Amino acid sequence: MRVAVVTFPGSNCDYDLYKAAQQVGAEATFVWHRERGLDGYDAVLLPGGFSYGDYLRAGAIARMSPVMEDVIEFARTGAPVIGICNGFQILCEAGLLPGVLVRNASLLFAGKDVRLRVERADTLFTGDYEPGQILRVPIAHGEGNYEADEATLKHLEDEGHVVFRYVDAEGEATDAANPNGSWHNIAGIINDNGNVLGMMPHPERAMEELLGSTDGIGVFTSLAASLSAVGS
Amino acid sequence: MSQFRLEVRVKPRPGILDPQGKAIHHALNSLGWEGVDDVHVGKAIYLDLVADDADAAMEAAEAMCRKLLANPVTETFEVSLVEEPVGAES
Repeated sequence: MRVAVVTFPGSNCDYDLYKAAQQVGAEATFVWHRERGLDGYDAVLLPGGFSYGDYLRAGAIARMSPVMEDVIEFARTGAPVIGICNGFQILCEAGLLPGVLVRNASLLFAGKDVRLRVERADTLFTGDYEPGQILRVPIAHGEGNYEADEATLKHLEDEGHVVFRYVDAEGEATDAANPNGSWHNIAGIINDNGNVLGMMPHPERAMEELLGSTDGIGVFTSLAASLSAVGS
Repeated sequence: MSQFRLEVRVKPRPGILDPQGKAIHHALNSLGWEGVDDVHVGKAIYLDLVADDADAAMEAAEAMCRKLLANPVTETFEVSLVEEPVGAES
């Protein structure tokens, strides 16, 4: 599996993603946002961070980076793309995922571990999880409040495009378990084709027992398994 | 060609959660301005640009809003000319 990790000015989770990809046996390469061409890669990862200082809107300026033309094209071929945190914001701004991530309802930056419920264990990115499995994964964002128009939200729920939801210890999607005010506790979604995943929590920071959780590994092993299934 | 200054006002769409507006609303109420019913926070962006005429300048600014300056999912925009042409170029 050859994975491109796109680095924007202000990305700060690119090394974590690079390491996460390596940990599951991928050959990872950094691609600077001004580079063109993603031929030869099996998956593209957009990291977290604060591209362009979150000026204007989080992800809005990174979306105009030259490489994003190629990311959009790459996604259109059906190849897997994951955007985490700022990467999710960029995917929304680029129109690869619906909706937008606005300021946390609390107005506070939220940096802590949260619990996620796996709503879909049959995607390219979640095959190694059990449906309904509860994960502990960190979040670190000021703008993670998922909003969209009503038709879009209905479509996401009706089609089962919500992949991860914020829940409490009992697995219930309560208001108290919602760290940012996201509609229906949405933490991660996929697109209609199922090949683009966006999520605010950081699975790439939950890869080592030493750092408190290994619950994020499944995202990367699932991706690797999906790709090797395609290749075989 | 003339130079134009335009003001772009980007506002949250009605119904979209506006936590900044809510926080300011609360602060104003607690400072004693109890008549404040609602507060919304948007942003103003000032553009100095050169165009054939005012219509062309407005049109360009609106295109910029659609492409970059506003996100139609959560925001609306208004563009207005804030000054008469400040100078003409050859």
